[in-house]
Amino acid sequence: MTTWVFAEEVDGAPSGSALEALSKAREWGGEVAVFYVGTGGDAPFGQLGAHGAKKVYHLDAGDRLPSAAAAAAMADLVAAGAPDVIMFGMGNTDRDVAGRLSARLGLPVLSNAVAVDVADGAVTVGNEILGGTTKVRTAFAASAPALVITRPKAFNAEPSGGDAPEVVAVALPDVGHAGAATVKERHVEASEGPDLEAANVVVSGGRGVGSEEKFAIIEELAGLLGGAVGATRAVVDAGWVPYSLQVGQTGKTVKPGVYLACGISGAMQHIVGMKDSSIIIAVNKDSEAPIFGLSDLGVVGDVHKVVPALIEALKAR
Amino acid sequence: MRIAVCVKQIPDPATPYELDPDSHFVVRPNDQVLDDTDRYGVEIGLQLAEATEGTVTLVSMSPSGSLQGIRQALAMGADKAVIVDDDLLRGADALTTAKILAAAIDREGYDLVIAGTESTDGYSGVVPQQVAELLDVPALTFARKVDQADGTITIERQTAGGYDVVEAAVPALLTVTSGVVEPRYPTFKGIMQAKQKPIDTVTSGDLGVSPDPQQSIVAVEPVPARQAGEIVEDEGEAYLKIVAMLEQAKVI
Repeated sequence: MTTWVFAEEVDGAPSGSALEALSKAREWGGEVAVFYVGTGGDAPFGQLGAHGAKKVYHLDAGDRLPSAAAAAAMADLVAAGAPDVIMFGMGNTDRDVAGRLSARLGLPVLSNAVAVDVADGAVTVGNEILGGTTKVRTAFAASAPALVITRPKAFNAEPSGGDAPEVVAVALPDVGHAGAATVKERHVEASEGPDLEAANVVVSGGRGVGSEEKFAIIEELAGLLGGAVGATRAVVDAGWVPYSLQVGQTGKTVKPGVYLACGISGAMQHIVGMKDSSIIIAVNKDSEAPIFGLSDLGVVGDVHKVVPALIEALKAR
Repeated sequence: MRIAVCVKQIPDPATPYELDPDSHFVVRPNDQVLDDTDRYGVEIGLQLAEATEGTVTLVSMSPSGSLQGIRQALAMGADKAVIVDDDLLRGADALTTAKILAAAIDREGYDLVIAGTESTDGYSGVVPQQVAELLDVPALTFARKVDQADGTITIERQTAGGYDVVEAAVPALLTVTSGVVEPRYPTFKGIMQAKQKPIDTVTSGDLGVSPDPQQSIVAVEPVPARQAGEIVEDEGEAYLKIVAMLEQAKVI
């Protein structure tokens, strides 16, 4: 059994999804290697080793958007000896590389996996579809490697205390015009408060909050609870808050102790990112909103009445 | 600039989706709607075409049905549509879809391919990148802002913690998020003109693509539903219920 894990460098460290996938791969035993895209260094490689990677293939694409080159380099490595499984996360570069590698190898890639099982060399993937109401298991009917994109938090990232891995530098392959996309500038949009994906309390706002200015009450409530601010795709698309706060299918997946959904109707796209929260509290003026179907407490009312009253009550404590 | 915009007709997301018990494919009614996220790609395509005296061709793999979703995108201003539809494509996986789209786009000729980041009904989220690889062009993905000058496309690409400014010359593929532009609504004139616009319907055989399923669904089961709790109407005191639940959860 051989497993490869794709890792993109984020803020100088391996993506969280890579550490989750490595922790899962350890269960299968055998060889575990990482294909790492970024500047690299002892710290990120050490972290990969601590999560069970024995070998790291390192590609530094410099100011190139790495997707096409990374897919070509991985395809070359596959040609030299295919692993059984290659795992990707849901990050944007993960998806770019997984899609390109799939097309390059002529092999399927299964997305949105919440479970991956290997038995007698056969790989099956579990997905939750139709807003998380139905579970589907799909088997690969192609030659190795099985390409899998896993949802965030499908597996827990746990270090195993492994040693620093062997690092193999991968030369940047020449893929011609396909590799021509160049990164001219990099911008970080700083967000205050605790990390959304790790916070024990998340206060999220949807369209029902009304406007960018009115979204301040969501931030104030999150602050009082020591929680993180989240948002729906509609709110991010409207430009009220940055994409880094988006919770849902195409944003972050959160599993906090308490999730407070304010002015959120509960579209499938949003629910898949928060439905596994321990306690869900929703405030929405529409009593028919789907979010109430999975809330432990649903308040049918005006966000701009309920939330300010809640804020005053918390301040008075 | 010759622009191909990938669009999809999907079952109305406001209706509950069902799986066919035998095939496990999503049941698709005759009247499907334009995937709402595709309107952003169509809008960007129209704006780039207007700026470059170009054309916009819609490319779609979907059961043709009533074609009302395609007509909607044509009514926004696209010039023509190519629909790939045959029985062999029912339940096609992402790679088969990408092969079909790439072949149809290549046959039409293009400088720029535009797609959403994922469909609302299937959301595998990899088809555009597969198309880019099959066409051997760079992929400018997850754009929240798009500019062009002299055949070079520059985007703001969403990243985990912010955005990068990324550029590439055409030929290229572009995926856009729903925040990128405000899509126009079809005008009455646009709706009338859409009825006259050409829609080519072709098959996988016409494109020389043989669907080759490489994955199979082996089990389908319901996920235990989360139980809804108490629902209260706010009459000024409902916040107290929230305070009580927060206390119970020991977060205050």
